Amino acid sequence: MYAQMVETGTKRLKTLEEMSPEERDFQEKVDAETKIEAKNWMPDGYRKTLIRQISQHAHSEIVGMLPEGNWVTRAPTLKRKLQLMAKIQDEAGHGLYLYSAMETLGADRDEEIQKLHDGKAKYSSIFNYPTLNWADMGAVGWLVDGAAIVNQVVLQRTSYGPYSRAMVRICKEESFHQRQGYQILLDMMREGTQEQKDMVQDAINRLWWPALMMFGPHDDESPNSQQSMVWKIKRKSNDELRQMFIDQTIPQLEFLGCTVPDPDLKWNEERGHYDFGEINWKEFYDVLKGDGPCNRERVATRKKAIDEGAWVREAAVAYAAKQKQRAEKAA
Amino acid sequence: MSEWRLYEVFVRSKHGLNHKHVGSVHAADNEMAMENARDLYTRRSEGVSIWVVPSETITASASDEKEVLFDPSEDKVYRHASFYKLPDEVGHM
Repeated sequence: MYAQMVETGTKRLKTLEEMSPEERDFQEKVDAETKIEAKNWMPDGYRKTLIRQISQHAHSEIVGMLPEGNWVTRAPTLKRKLQLMAKIQDEAGHGLYLYSAMETLGADRDEEIQKLHDGKAKYSSIFNYPTLNWADMGAVGWLVDGAAIVNQVVLQRTSYGPYSRAMVRICKEESFHQRQGYQILLDMMREGTQEQKDMVQDAINRLWWPALMMFGPHDDESPNSQQSMVWKIKRKSNDELRQMFIDQTIPQLEFLGCTVPDPDLKWNEERGHYDFGEINWKEFYDVLKGDGPCNRERVATRKKAIDEGAWVREAAVAYAAKQKQRAEKAA
Repeated sequence: MSEWRLYEVFVRSKHGLNHKHVGSVHAADNEMAMENARDLYTRRSEGVSIWVVPSETITASASDEKEVLFDPSEDKVYRHASFYKLPDEVGHM
């Protein structure tokens, strides 16, 4: 999941009777699956939660370009380089669709980006892991984009119209990402040297658990999770989504001829699902708090990009002002 | 970047179809809005024509005006072809 642990400001869920007439109207609309649009009345908490979730999601797309950007100059062939650049460009696009959806709620893009740079806004924990070898580009596409798809397919039905429409657009583009990643790994496993095959297994070993952490902590009785479900901002629980991802990924893993670093992973005939081991939650919370392998580097890189691009933005404004002035003079 | 205007983007996906709203972009001027819209919304031949419109110039109906604006058409059923029943013998009209 690209948004993990989104605060809703809710301590306890309200019943329909406890709601104001406006709130009740709103909740009944959500219950009836009528999409909420920017100009509709909405509870303050709904608006704030959406801004938090969508901005976190957008930041994830933008920061998500960095681990891959690292490999553009190192891609093994021109074809792979072009594919990688197309994927990275898509991610910039996804970030922008999402910022655009977020702005319909009255949030300011610059302010939200500033929060990211100040360490006040989160992005997905997964992008705080390094991409150490070429097989990581395959594993990121297959596992990370794969996990994102599982989450995003469900979010297409989210209750807020602009967010839902951004998700539809993103999902259409995302399956190219996953396929190109899997194909990188498939080629290495089929035609590669032993050393290259070992790289694939090494990439999976390092990225498997962080990919599972993308779905966020266990569903407990947390009022945030419950509130998001009632508002239909979230449509499925973290554990449900994680299970879906594992169930669909393991057959693909076996086809590659690889394994995951989980001795407890086993098909459970009775449940009709794979059982799996416990996630290292301390690692998850450490990364989320800012102490992952690459947190500092990622934020510093984003800041540098914004700072060093300042003159371009200023020049664009100056140019626009000058053109306008000239047009006025000519008129 | 706050000095950059917000533009709404409309794309005609195929010849013969209407332009449809797809999202928004920020830009310093109209030309840049067009370029940004092209890069953002038509990377996979999603369109044959783009409109960019400064968001502030759009007048929209308010959501709470729904009844005032749209309700009167509800009771004018005679505006629909299905209101007029014809004998079967007349055939398709």
